[in-house]
Amino acid sequence: MKEAVVVRDLVVRYDSVTALNGATATVCCGEALGIVGPNGSGKSTFLKAIAGLLQPQSGTIGVLGKAPRALKPGTIAYVPQIEAVDWTFPATVWDVVAMGRFPRLGLFGRFGAHDKAAVWRALDLVKMRDLARRHISALSGGQQQRAFMARAIAQEPQVLLLDEPTTGVDASTEEALRVVVRELVATGMPVIMTTHDLDRAGDWFDRLMVLDRRVLAIGTPDEVLESGTYAGIREHAHVHGHLRTD
Amino acid sequence: MQHILDPFHYAFMQRAFVTALLVGVLCSAMGTYVILRRLSFIGDGIAHASFAGIVIAYLRGADYYVGAGIVAILTALGIGFVHRRGRVALDTAIGVLFTGAFALGIFLMSRQRSYSIDLQSFLFGDILSVNGRDVLTIVGLGLLVAVVTAVMFRALLYTSFDPVVAQASGINAPLVEYVLLVLLALTIIISLQAVGIVLVAALLVTPAAAAYQLTQRFARMMAISIFFGAICSVGGLYASYYLRSSSGATIVLLATIVFFLAIGAKQVGGAIARRA
Repeated sequence: MKEAVVVRDLVVRYDSVTALNGATATVCCGEALGIVGPNGSGKSTFLKAIAGLLQPQSGTIGVLGKAPRALKPGTIAYVPQIEAVDWTFPATVWDVVAMGRFPRLGLFGRFGAHDKAAVWRALDLVKMRDLARRHISALSGGQQQRAFMARAIAQEPQVLLLDEPTTGVDASTEEALRVVVRELVATGMPVIMTTHDLDRAGDWFDRLMVLDRRVLAIGTPDEVLESGTYAGIREHAHVHGHLRTD
Repeated sequence: MQHILDPFHYAFMQRAFVTALLVGVLCSAMGTYVILRRLSFIGDGIAHASFAGIVIAYLRGADYYVGAGIVAILTALGIGFVHRRGRVALDTAIGVLFTGAFALGIFLMSRQRSYSIDLQSFLFGDILSVNGRDVLTIVGLGLLVAVVTAVMFRALLYTSFDPVVAQASGINAPLVEYVLLVLLALTIIISLQAVGIVLVAALLVTPAAAAYQLTQRFARMMAISIFFGAICSVGGLYASYYLRSSSGATIVLLATIVFFLAIGAKQVGGAIARRA
């Protein structure tokens, strides 16, 4: 399979805190990689580095053979946690999903019928068509997460990064998101997603990675869960008291 | 009828009305970004800092717009840099920088034997003194701001709502922010003569804040804000002619009234919606 994202010896520090200390992983096209690890293990940092949102101290990141910042606009779609934005912003669901089209349009492109069709398609995929005209402040957490997912789909990206999309959402949203992710993966999309939920890892991911500043284990979900690596660091974190259970 | 059209007979009043309209439209349009990106303190800071540029330009016999422009743009970029990189809190940085620059302006001015520039007119504006060349400068810079804003409309919208995701998808969010700050600086400069340093911040915030109460979509918020800005600045200038009041202060007072009316309208609208 074609390699989509190649991360080698990634080191990221925030001031004196080391968030990632030599993380290495490869994700292929048509593959979903789940990332688990305790809070502060660098899961979100790993995604942000791939998205080109922060400058690593050392190591390399290749996305479709290029550095993240050198990619054409619209290549990477990043779905943040829903707390990341102000939901009182004057915008409807449609407006937010339409933003997914903006990167490819550039400064002078016209938002045309093709773009509108892509927005409706994305809304349909996450089952939000009926809420298109609703103001975003009137959405539940699950609906907000679906709107973010629809924006990413409308972008028609080549790489999809998801930061804990299942945290704090209802069961039907979680299932809707899972179905959409598997459909995208089936079309060849590489997906990297952080999660706290181990129970359904086998349904979501082709491979699972345990991260705690470095990659402690990577393999099929079954292999990783049987190895007990994640259970091990959870125990360790509990003993040392720096794991928030959430 | 004759009486109603009275103010428009004078050339200086005609220039003042054109200026008021342009400034009202521009400030309230940019105000949409100021409100949504929480930049109101930055607008205030740029306005105060540009006072130093005005005084230096005056003392050196240079053009007012050049002096104010250079200082305003440098301040805007400096603030943007601190905002992005700084280990100092943004409000602290602005508080230090703009009061410092403002004090430098006062210091330089106070060392002059005669106060031939009128401090009051810079603080509160003197729209009636706008000459033909000023109008041309204001129109030119105003067009520049309008065109750049229109071209960058989508990038500005996306980065206002979600700068992180916009950047991940390949939009240069830091560059967009710097461009916005420069546009803000230009808007402030062309507004200084009309409404002055103290009141320009109000014109950047109040119409947009009123519009924010009345709509849930971005483009409409900007349109309503522009409408309010135009009405208030032209109406305020018109009223000041009969009330013999400071035009800048009258404009801002009118905008303040509109803001409270908008809040009232929202409350009433909400109550009706709940009953229905």
